[in-house]
Amino acid sequence: MSARIAVSLLRRDLARLLLGGRGGGALLPVLFFLAVAMLYPFAVGPDAPLLARTGGGVIWVAALLAAILPLDRLVEPDIEAGMFDQWALRGISEELVIAVRVAAHWLSFGPPLMAAALPAAALLGLEGETVRVVEIGLLAGTPGLAALGVTVAALTAGLRGGAALGGLLVIPMAVPVLIFGAGSLGTGGESGLALTAAASLVLMALAPFAGGAAVRAARG
Amino acid sequence: MRIIVTDLACRRGDRVLFAGLSLDVAAGEAVQVVGENGIGKSSLLRIVAGLAPAFAGSAKVIGVAGLLDERCALDPALALGRALEFWSGIDSGPPGKPERSHLERLGLAGLLDVPVRYLSTGQKKRAALARLLGQRAGVWLLDEPLNGLDGHAVELVEALAGEHCAAGGIAFIASHQPFRLEAMRSLRLAEFSA
Repeated sequence: MSARIAVSLLRRDLARLLLGGRGGGALLPVLFFLAVAMLYPFAVGPDAPLLARTGGGVIWVAALLAAILPLDRLVEPDIEAGMFDQWALRGISEELVIAVRVAAHWLSFGPPLMAAALPAAALLGLEGETVRVVEIGLLAGTPGLAALGVTVAALTAGLRGGAALGGLLVIPMAVPVLIFGAGSLGTGGESGLALTAAASLVLMALAPFAGGAAVRAARG
Repeated sequence: MRIIVTDLACRRGDRVLFAGLSLDVAAGEAVQVVGENGIGKSSLLRIVAGLAPAFAGSAKVIGVAGLLDERCALDPALALGRALEFWSGIDSGPPGKPERSHLERLGLAGLLDVPVRYLSTGQKKRAALARLLGQRAGVWLLDEPLNGLDGHAVELVEALAGEHCAAGGIAFIASHQPFRLEAMRSLRLAEFSA
């Protein structure tokens, strides 16, 4: 029964986050990500070795910023519309809803970002080996960013200026993922990627419980 | 199915809205909570629904509770039919189609392709009623169910609540408007206000 409910929830979340309607869906963060990757060479100049050396880090920063864009659409609209109350009455826990939402949020920005990282890498003139480490790093790190985004969205739901505050809260908490993810580019080693994945796993394990508690607290 | 409220008190902020409220509603009964704005009607419903904590005492529902309040809990961007399908998928499993007879009775059959955000207040209320009917809950918790409805729709809601109670369900209604229902008890919340 709860598997059926999880599938229903996931289908709805994906329709909202991936296709998105008025919110722009998954397209807006991807375009934002590409715009940052495109602007960077303009800003630092056409110095190919410099771009190749720093480009991987730029992709990571752009990915982090792109993950912040859909924050205000993640939890708040459902609290406002009374969806969480209706789920609670049906015995569907906030934890399940949040866990499903983390999955949907990741699916709507992780893989698109990984695809967009290829043209971004070309714009920055990255080498094949660097692109490989960036892609694996994004695969390991974006689930953590998704979990963090949903948790913070739940924590700031209902606050005035919650979206801006949410963005500010995500940035410091995303620092471990960023350090390990971008750091693995310097060492080129697998230990950095493993630590990125570990940071991601911690965030994903915490998200349903922290997010669920935040939604219940917002109900008051 | 039953609603059991024992020595319940409710606090909002630093104000105790009501205290010492005890109530027992058995299957087939209807109760209207009456009282002026801000006296705690909605809070009482939310405590009974388990969505808000009791300050003292306890409230519980035996059976499945369905809530109708001012928020219709339907995705504003979706067409009404699709938004209702989501809930019928949750409530009864696929192939999750909302029941046609309910929709026609509620006058929603022609609105299924209209996005929820374009519906009027009364139409949203009726859509929320369709969601409630699809849930097949034994205990109906109705918070101001008549707000925004025209005369015809008011009679329809009263008739639906009547049929629900006749079929052995419970209707627990918070409304400042008169709600015509046979053999309905009134609960004056002012008598318990602290």
